[in-house]
Amino acid sequence: MRLDLLKGMNEERLNRRAAILVTEIGGGEQRLVKAAALSEDPLAAALESALRTGKSGMVEHAGASYFLTVQVPPVRLVIIGAVHISQALAPIAKIAGLDVTIIDPRTAFATQERFPEAPVIAEWPDAALDRAPLDRYTAIALLTHDPKIDDIALLRALNAECFYIGALGSRKTHANRLERMRAQGFGEAALTRIHAPIGLDIGAVSPAEIAVSIIGEIVGALRKKPLRAEGQAA
Amino acid sequence: MLSTEDDILAAAQDWRGAGRSVAIATVVDTWGSAPRPVGSHLVIDGDGNFLGSVSGGCVEGAVVTEALDVIAAGAPKMLEFGVADETAWRAGLSCGGRIKVYVERLD
Repeated sequence: MRLDLLKGMNEERLNRRAAILVTEIGGGEQRLVKAAALSEDPLAAALESALRTGKSGMVEHAGASYFLTVQVPPVRLVIIGAVHISQALAPIAKIAGLDVTIIDPRTAFATQERFPEAPVIAEWPDAALDRAPLDRYTAIALLTHDPKIDDIALLRALNAECFYIGALGSRKTHANRLERMRAQGFGEAALTRIHAPIGLDIGAVSPAEIAVSIIGEIVGALRKKPLRAEGQAA
Repeated sequence: MLSTEDDILAAAQDWRGAGRSVAIATVVDTWGSAPRPVGSHLVIDGDGNFLGSVSGGCVEGAVVTEALDVIAAGAPKMLEFGVADETAWRAGLSCGGRIKVYVERLD
């Protein structure tokens, strides 16, 4: 592998952009195809399908074998609300390999002492998310119970097509939430992407059990349904 | 701390940048119950230091040895490992799977 190709791969990953390294098995020819230039590649169809599943693998094309090293950005979890459930969710998510950030403008909650394992941002979600925008490789859990805080993040999450959006609250709370989102112009297709009440139905009671049900739901959203290719409509 | 595939490729770049000779091994195909998924990397330097994993420990020794050859010769190699052979003492996978590993030099 040429060093410049490896540098390119590492740079795309750092900037949270998908890319595929194509290696011809036999000849050893290699090229790096960035997500934005995918459609111009001779292997476009195979590359697009590989990007959707996020899985590396062999493909055959015109009598030659190629290995695709598929690189999609590291998966993040943004937790809105530095609450009790979040204190359990942050370490569990970290063990599961997610890059965790906690956002809560209420400074009494949002202290680093309560969350030794993940960065805590004591700001309103819009300010915090301006600096680190949501994207389709990000999961978001809305846990404050306060629409003033949660809704700001929910609007961003729907627009950014986060692969997982979970929201705490009863069915009644959620019905009200959906009404507010409809008023903002979101259609039913977008709204069905919100998981609420949040978490798998495993009868979770304690904050730690609820955190387990949330992480299970996030893993399901990540692994059962392929991530959509960049540039593809919702 | 667990090394992710990201850390491993970043390390490959750093190692090469520091003037070390480097080979990258990648799992390109698996059959049966293979311990590491396709796309997993092992990065090896000219002194046999390595980072990452292609089999959870079963065949790393053999891959490192082959990688040193690839670093010396320059041409990439495809390695294949199958079920451990009881009669011949050689690298194999006790889990019963088979894997193909592509080893290339970082130039």
